[in-house]
Amino acid sequence: MKHIVGTCFLLGMLLAACGSVDLDAPIPVYDTKVDPNEWVVVPAGKFLSGQFNDPVMIDYDYEIMVTDVTVTQYIDFLNTSLVDGPIEIMDEQIVIFYPGDEFHGARHEVEIAAGEYIVVPLDDPASRFAFEGDTFQVKDGYENHPMTNVSWFGARAYCRINHWRLPTEMEWEKAARGIDGRPYPWGDRIVRNNANVYASQDPFEDMGSFGSRTSPVGFYSGQTYDGYTTLDSASPYGLYDMAGNVWQWTGDIYEGMHYRFLRGGSKDTYGMDLRVWVRNNATPEYFSPGVGFRCVREP
Amino acid sequence: MQFMQERFNYLFKSTKGLILVAIAMIALETAIFGMLSGPMAEFGVRDVVVSALNMDLVPAEREGRIIILYHSIAMAIVAIETYMITSLLKMKDFYRTAVRALVTCGYLMAMVFGMGFAYWGHNWSLHGLYIAGLTLVFFAGVMLVIALWPWKAEYYQADEDYSRTKRGVDLERVTFFAAALTTVISAGFGAIPGSNFGNGFRVVFAENIIRYPEKTTMQYSIIGHLHIMLALIAIMLTLIIGRWLDFKGLLHKIAMPLMILGTIILNLGVWGVVTPLEPIAHTVIYVGATPSMLAALCLVIFGWDKLIRTGVAGVPKPNFRQKLGALLRDPLRFGPLWQMVFMNFNVSGIGIFMAVRLDEIFRLWPAREERIELTGHWHILSAIIATIILLYYGDMIGLKGRIRKLYGWSIIILSDIAFASATIFEMKRLFITEATQQPLVNTVMILIDFGLGMLLVVLAMVMIWRLLDLFKKRGRWREETEHELSTEVG
Repeated sequence: MKHIVGTCFLLGMLLAACGSVDLDAPIPVYDTKVDPNEWVVVPAGKFLSGQFNDPVMIDYDYEIMVTDVTVTQYIDFLNTSLVDGPIEIMDEQIVIFYPGDEFHGARHEVEIAAGEYIVVPLDDPASRFAFEGDTFQVKDGYENHPMTNVSWFGARAYCRINHWRLPTEMEWEKAARGIDGRPYPWGDRIVRNNANVYASQDPFEDMGSFGSRTSPVGFYSGQTYDGYTTLDSASPYGLYDMAGNVWQWTGDIYEGMHYRFLRGGSKDTYGMDLRVWVRNNATPEYFSPGVGFRCVREP
Repeated sequence: MQFMQERFNYLFKSTKGLILVAIAMIALETAIFGMLSGPMAEFGVRDVVVSALNMDLVPAEREGRIIILYHSIAMAIVAIETYMITSLLKMKDFYRTAVRALVTCGYLMAMVFGMGFAYWGHNWSLHGLYIAGLTLVFFAGVMLVIALWPWKAEYYQADEDYSRTKRGVDLERVTFFAAALTTVISAGFGAIPGSNFGNGFRVVFAENIIRYPEKTTMQYSIIGHLHIMLALIAIMLTLIIGRWLDFKGLLHKIAMPLMILGTIILNLGVWGVVTPLEPIAHTVIYVGATPSMLAALCLVIFGWDKLIRTGVAGVPKPNFRQKLGALLRDPLRFGPLWQMVFMNFNVSGIGIFMAVRLDEIFRLWPAREERIELTGHWHILSAIIATIILLYYGDMIGLKGRIRKLYGWSIIILSDIAFASATIFEMKRLFITEATQQPLVNTVMILIDFGLGMLLVVLAMVMIWRLLDLFKKRGRWREETEHELSTEVG
């Protein structure tokens, strides 16, 4: 009898582990009242950078998007660029030409030569857009969510076509924490209602099935949505989602490394990864349902 | 007064009492601080514990806190191994007493003051006492090296069944000596960068810088230090288990030279990471790890063969089933060797696979995924070391009959469920996408939590039993006061 119970328990666990996930499950739709087309100026000056608050000078003003680039914004770019260039379809992917990086032959460095590189995949069920005929469409409910499943090349392309660029790591960090050395964009401590993190019990997640999902940009603005109250978690300059929701690509290319760096933590990480100095990195071809971006521009 | 003095003498002067105190301290620390991480944070337990215990967790100091936490547990493990070595091997009473006094004061100071500093604000006198504790453990190690000096006639091995030189030098003692000496030297590879980074605040986690093409000498030193210290703790425990099982014969004669060679080369490789030899250091490490692992394999073969032979003694022509039954009859003696074998599936095997396919597979994943593998495999190794100690401890305290089987099999099965699940979690990206992983993650997390949680419950039950036993006038503690492990080998 004991063996039967044990076997049934193990089988049950295995079946649960193999359970299917509905990636297109309905998602609540909320208007966060935060405009994704808005930019703010980050003024020139020193700020405290990194875990140990080292003073760093950024001697120019720059503007940065208040939110991550949304799926709607990115789909507009894809539709326009597919017609007018510079992107094209190749092997179930949207690709774009990249002129390549200087190669230094460092250990584990992979050469990024000039060529066509992935922007977004066309066949990934986790993407929040559909490609039908020759048009991209936003999946219902994800219009104001951050664009995900986009490679570094794809993020760079979006910014460049608008004559913007990806933020450097230092620009990103200053925009996230201001000048007072705080560990999170909103202050010194993190609680569940500050940001979309793993198992944060936000209205978009179901830990029994698909797990965490993105939240609309600007969701954590202090509003209450169907009884779920958020805390206003804007950065000192008024940016939203600088911690949690999606990792954000940054633009730096470092000598001897082909990796690109990501900041901000995501819906799939714990609070420790939301500290503003935490770095993640991946190959520039990498894409994920937990990775997005925003742009900067000169004022 | 006599009541207190007798218990104090047992807990702080006898081998088994000292081991009990160290295990209890680790259990207590694990129980409290384990509630701050991972799933416990998800369940909201972390917030309750932080609030109830009035902890002060500054976000920028997380890495520093965790480094102190690891060190405080590691010092207690080093102390347990030291108690075992000083009880199993011959040495002068002065050294035995001095080494034990130093290591006991050292680990208790490191644990109590270190954790006080790390989790309850910054009282710098606590930090100073924490460093003083680590220093005492270091001095205990230096003294242990002196005590283990093998080239003394009184320590020569007369029995030809054991590995020895023609002159009679005991090669097993040489192995203990080599492991102790290299441990003391390797400690410096942590102490120097620790001092350099200053007061424990400019800290760095090796797993967070692993992809950077340029690392400073101090960063390399830290990477080397954490790897070699864990490896040396494992090597020392292998030797201890071998002594407990009275490892001897042909396999012993093969294993000891291999272990000496492996230990020395492994250390040279790791120390090489801070020299211009860094580019070939990994190759040297592989060269050193191979004989060490072969030596451990010799011990496993010897131990299991012995269990089978003993178990089927008197049975004419035993069949496979009878031999298997004999092998599995005593989980406390089968278990440590099994855990060494199991380690190959979820630590060594994973490490080799990662090294071989690093650029093709693992470096295509984001750094945070690679971090999971890196931290996962050495957490598992640490936990395997802990389970082996607990299995030996079960024998040490004389568990018998059904309790012995229940305790032993609980530790083996529960821990292996957790370790296997953790391995699946680490490697999940090989067979499942981020978007569809949640059901699998839930299942393996439940199994990890169940395995480790229940194991802690078993440990808690033993600790409570031992605590209650201390209130008995003629409890087991009284018998154990005079026991030495050297009289219980075989």
